[in-house]
Amino acid sequence: MDDFLAARSQMALSLGFHIIFSCIGMVMPFFMAVSHYLWLRTGNENYKNVTKAWSKGVAIFFATGAVSGTVLSFELGLLWPTFMKHAGPIFGMPFSLEGTAFFIEAIALGFYLYGWDKFNRWFHWLTGVMVGITGIASGILVVAANSWMNSPSGFDFVNGQYLNIDPMKAMFNQGWFSQALHMCIAAFAATGFAVAGIHALMMLRKQNVGFHKASFKISAVFAIVAAFLQPLSGDISAKFVAKSQPAKLAAMEAHFKTDTHVPLIIGGIPDTKKQEVNYAIKLPGVLSWMITGDPAKPVTGLDRILVKDQPPVAVTHYAFQIMVGLGMMMMAIGAIGLAAFFKWRQWLHQPWFLKLFIAATPAGFIAVEAGWTVTEVGRQPWIINGVMRTADAVTPMPGIQYSFYLFTAVYVTLSIVVVFLLKRQIQMVPVIYDKPQLNPAL
Amino acid sequence: MMLYIVIAFLWWSILLYLLMGGADYGAGILELLTREGNRAGLKKTAYRAIGPIWEANHMWLIIAVVIIFVGFPDVYSLVSVHLHIPLTIMLMGIIARGTAFTFRNYDAVHDSWHRLYDRIYMYSSFITPMFLGIIAATAISGRIDTDATDFPSGYILNWFNWFPLSVGLFTVCLCGSLAAIFLAGEVPGSDEKWRFIRKAKQMNGLATLFMVLLFVSASLQGIPLFRWLFGNVISLIADVIAAASLAMTWYMIYQSRVKTSRFYAGLMVMSLLISVSYPHFPNIVLLKNGGSLSILDHAAPSATINALGIALLAGSVFILPALVYLIWSFAKKRSVVDEDH
Ligand code: HDD
Ligand code: HEM
Ligand code: HEM
Repeated sequence: MDDFLAARSQMALSLGFHIIFSCIGMVMPFFMAVSHYLWLRTGNENYKNVTKAWSKGVAIFFATGAVSGTVLSFELGLLWPTFMKHAGPIFGMPFSLEGTAFFIEAIALGFYLYGWDKFNRWFHWLTGVMVGITGIASGILVVAANSWMNSPSGFDFVNGQYLNIDPMKAMFNQGWFSQALHMCIAAFAATGFAVAGIHALMMLRKQNVGFHKASFKISAVFAIVAAFLQPLSGDISAKFVAKSQPAKLAAMEAHFKTDTHVPLIIGGIPDTKKQEVNYAIKLPGVLSWMITGDPAKPVTGLDRILVKDQPPVAVTHYAFQIMVGLGMMMMAIGAIGLAAFFKWRQWLHQPWFLKLFIAATPAGFIAVEAGWTVTEVGRQPWIINGVMRTADAVTPMPGIQYSFYLFTAVYVTLSIVVVFLLKRQIQMVPVIYDKPQLNPAL
Repeated sequence: MMLYIVIAFLWWSILLYLLMGGADYGAGILELLTREGNRAGLKKTAYRAIGPIWEANHMWLIIAVVIIFVGFPDVYSLVSVHLHIPLTIMLMGIIARGTAFTFRNYDAVHDSWHRLYDRIYMYSSFITPMFLGIIAATAISGRIDTDATDFPSGYILNWFNWFPLSVGLFTVCLCGSLAAIFLAGEVPGSDEKWRFIRKAKQMNGLATLFMVLLFVSASLQGIPLFRWLFGNVISLIADVIAAASLAMTWYMIYQSRVKTSRFYAGLMVMSLLISVSYPHFPNIVLLKNGGSLSILDHAAPSATINALGIALLAGSVFILPALVYLIWSFAKKRSVVDEDH
C-alpha cells in the first residue's frame, strides 16, 4: 500500500467511524428530551426508565465520539499538512465556533448525566435539550467546513497564493446550507431507524414490552419524519452538485456523454472503458428534467472533464445508488409506520411489522456512509475542489501504512467493544428497570 | 492587537489543559501507583470528583489545537509532519483513556472486563501526558530537522532523546501531584486524606528528580534551559513565585487547609509555564538549522485572526459562566452528599 492510498484510507476510516458517533450524539439527546418530557408530564415510569437507559448509552457514544473527534483534529495535520497550511486560515471559522459548541455541549452533558435528582427538574431537562442543540450546531458548522472543500469561496487564488481571505464568506459558501440540511436530516433518519430497530427486536422477543414500546414510538416518529424529508433535501443537494461540481454529478450518475434528454440511471454496472452503463434501468429525460427542470436541456457528462480531473466513476456511482435506494426504502417503511400510527394500530404488535423495522436497523447508517463516499470520492482528485489536488496535500512522512493499520486495529476493536457494551446495556434492562408495567397499553 | 488576544487564549487553554486535564490524567496515574487493594476507593473518589467535568477538562486541548490550526497553520503543519509519531502515540493514549474511563463507569455489568478497562485507563493516563510533555519539549529543543534526509533523523531522533523524555516524565509527576492535592480535598475521612497527601509527596519528590535529569540532559544537549529560566527578570520572578507557591502548598496542607493548597498548586504550575514560555517568545518552535517559527510572524492573515479572536471572545462569554456554574454546583452538591454518608 503506498503512502498516499494509506493516508486516504486512514482519513476515510477515521471519518467513517466518527460520523456514526456524531450522528448519535446529535440526535439521541432529542429522543431523551422527548421521553424525559413525557415522564415529567405523565409520571409514567416507563419513560423515566427509557430516559435513563438512553442517557447511559449516550454517555458511551459521546465519549467515543469526543475522542474520535479529537483524533480527527490532529489527523487533518498528520495526514494533510499542506492542505491545512493553506486551508486552515480560510475554512477555520466554523471550527473555531465549533469549539464553543463542543464546550457547551460537554458542560451541558455534565449537568445532565450527573444531575439526576440534584437540580430543578426542568433545569435538568433543559440541560439535556442544550446537549442536543449544541450537537446539531457543531454538526452544521463542521459540515460547512466540508462544503467549503466542495465549493471553495472566501479567497482569491492567484499564482498559487491564497489572497484576500474572508473567513465568513468561506463559512457561508454556496454549499453549506444544502449539505448541512441534508446531513442533519440524515442523522435523524439514521439514528431513528437504528434505535427503533433495536427496540422493535426487543418487542418481538417480548421483553419488557412497555419499556421498549415507549422507546420504539419516540424513535420511530423521528425516523419516519426524517425519512420523508430526506429525498426532498437530497434533490436540493443534487441540484447544487450539478451547478458547482459537474464532474461529481456525472460520476454519481455514471453519465459519460454530454447530451440533452439525459436519462436517470438506476443501478447498472458502469464500464469506464467503453463509456457505457450495462444492465441499468434508464428513465428517459428524467435526469435533465430533475437538474434543469426541462427534459430537453443538456447535462454535462464526463467527456467535458479532463481525464486527470475525473473522479472514480464506479465507486461514486455505486455509493450514490446505495444511498438513494436505501432512502427510498426508508421512506416506504416510514409510510407503513405512519399507517400503523394513525390507522391500523394493531400492526404495532404484529411480528411482520416489527421485522420490517428490525430489517431497517442499519439502513440509515449505511446510507450515511454511502453519502459521504459520494461527497468525498466524488470530489477527487481534488482536496479543495478545483484548487488543490489531494496528492499534493499529503504528508511527506513515509510509512503511513503502519499508521493506517494501527488505526484500523484500534477502531475495529473499539467498534466491537461499543457494540458489546450496548448489548449488555440492553440485556440489563429487565434487571435494572424491573418495575411493574404501569400502563402496558401506553 | 487581536493577535495578542488569540495568543493569550492559546496560552490559557494550554495552562488550563495542563491543570484540569492534568489532574484528570493524574487520577489515573495515582491509581497505577496504588496497591491493587486500595484502588477501588480511589476509583470511586476520582469518579465522583471528576465525572461531571471530565469531558469539559479535555475540551481545552481541542480549543488549543483549533487555535493553532486556524491561527498558526505553519506551526501546525510543521509540527504535524515532524512529530507525527509522538502525536500518534498521544492520540492512541487519548482514545484509550477517554473510552476506558467511560466504559468502566458505564458498563452495566460488573465482571472481569472491568479489570481490563482499569488497566487500559491507568496506562493510558500515564502515556498521554508523557507524550504531551515530549511533544512540547521537542518543539523548543531545537532538534526538529527540516532538512533531514533519512527517516530516523527526520521523524524519530528529534523527540526520542533524553531531554524530551525527562520533560515527559516530569509532566507525568506534575499531573500526579496535582491530582493527589485535588483529591485530598475531596475525601471526608482523614485516613484517606493522608493517603492522598502521601501520594502528593511522592509525586513531588519524583518530579524533583526528573527536574534534575531534565537540566542535566538539557545542558548535555546544548539546550539553553538554564539561561531561559534564570536569565531574565520575568522568568526569575516567575521562578520565585513558583517556589513560594510550592512552599505555600505544603504549608496549607499541613495546616489542614487542603482546598486552599489547590490554589497554590495551580499558581505554581502557572508560574512554571510563564517561566518557560516567556524567554523564547514569540518563537514556539525551534529548528535544528537555527531557524524558528515565531507565532507573531507565522500567524494567519489578519482577517482570520480577527475572526478567530472574536469567536474566542464570544465563546468565552458563554463558556466561562457555564463552566464555573458546573464546577461550583457539583462541588456544592458533593459536600451535601458527603454529609449524608
Ligand atoms: C440517511 C441517510 C441518507 C439518505 C437516505 C439519503 N442521503 Fe444523500 N447524503 C447523506 C445521507 C443520506 C449524507 C451522508 O448525509 C451526505 C454526505 C454529505 C452530505 O452533506 O450528506 C449525502 C450526500 C448527498 C449528495 C452529495 C452532496 C454533495 O456532495 O455536496 C447528494 C446529491 C445526495 N446526498 C442526494 C440524495 C438523494 C437524492 C437521496 C434520495 C433518497 C438521498 N441523498 C438520501
Ligand atoms: C467536515 C467534515 C469532513 C472533512 C473536513 C473531511 C476532510 C477530508 C479530507 C481532508 C480527506 C482527504 C483528501 C481527499 O481524499 O479528499 C477526506 C477524504 C475522505 N473522506 Fe472526508 N471529510 C469530512 C467528512 C467526511 C465524512 C463524515 C466521511 C464519512 C464517511 C468522509 C469520508 C471520506 C472518504 C471516503 C475519503 C476518501 C476519499 C478518497 O480519497 O477517495 N469524509 N476527507
Ligand atoms: C461531517 C462530519 C462531522 C460531523 C457531522 C460531526 C459532528 C460532531 C458532533 C455532533 C460531535 C459531538 C460529539 C458527540 O455528541 O458525540 C462531534 C464531536 C467532535 N468532532 Fe466531529 N463531526 C464531523 C467531522 C469532524 C471533523 C472533520 C473533525 C476534525 C476536525 C471533527 C472534530 C470533532 C471533535 C474535536 C469532537 C469532540 C468534541 C466533543 O467532545 O464534543 N469532527 N462531531
